[in-house]
Amino acid sequence: MKLLYFAWLKTRTGVGEEEVSPPSEVTTVRDLLDWIRSRGGGYAEALSDLSVIKVAINQEFARPDDPVSPGDEVALFPPVTGG
Amino acid sequence: MIRVQREDFDLGAELAALTAGNPKVGGLAVFVGLVRDLSGSSEIGAMTLEHYPGMTERMLEEIEAEAQERWPLEASLVVHRYGRLEPGDQIVLVATASAHREAAFEACQFLIDWLKTKAPFWKLEETAQGSRWVEARDSDDRAAARWTASKPEAAE
Repeated sequence: MKLLYFAWLKTRTGVGEEEVSPPSEVTTVRDLLDWIRSRGGGYAEALSDLSVIKVAINQEFARPDDPVSPGDEVALFPPVTGG
Repeated sequence: MIRVQREDFDLGAELAALTAGNPKVGGLAVFVGLVRDLSGSSEIGAMTLEHYPGMTERMLEEIEAEAQERWPLEASLVVHRYGRLEPGDQIVLVATASAHREAAFEACQFLIDWLKTKAPFWKLEETAQGSRWVEARDSDDRAAARWTASKPEAAE
């Protein structure tokens, strides 16, 4: 699974992009966020407030209950501020 | 048509190209977003726009398709820049062309309202106190939400 981090999520995790293999019990967006947070350090800090984090799976906005699969590209970012 | 680019755009040339050869166009509405020099009470020296290549284009295409479905447009264009920009620089161009002004005005406002809440761009402001990520505003969410509440009568 490919994870992407943008804006302050990139700054706080210190990672822009990484390949990960979460355990098999990680099946939803919510599971995945909990797992990333459990890795501690910058991850725990960056994901301390999930209410300000948006998730996209394969470049489409996703909800907490949406399923995630090993081949997915999952992006984490704050609410958008373009325009 | 949508474009995501680092370089500036020539407003006159973009608009001329959008309506060229189509005499059905009776109205052209345009929104251009610029970099302000003030954010709250802080002076902005510059800002850097980051985006999510791939998803950005996909979302802009989805938003444009939604506008085309809701209003009888002859043409539409969204150009959004990324990278480092300074106060006064152009950030975004939204242009919509239709036979009549109502559809052009409404579709243009719809496009910029939805873009601001759905296209994955983030602004990093540079101030004398350091750099900081711009926070999303509730007023932008409300502006986008009104287009969900009611579909326009101008749509066919």
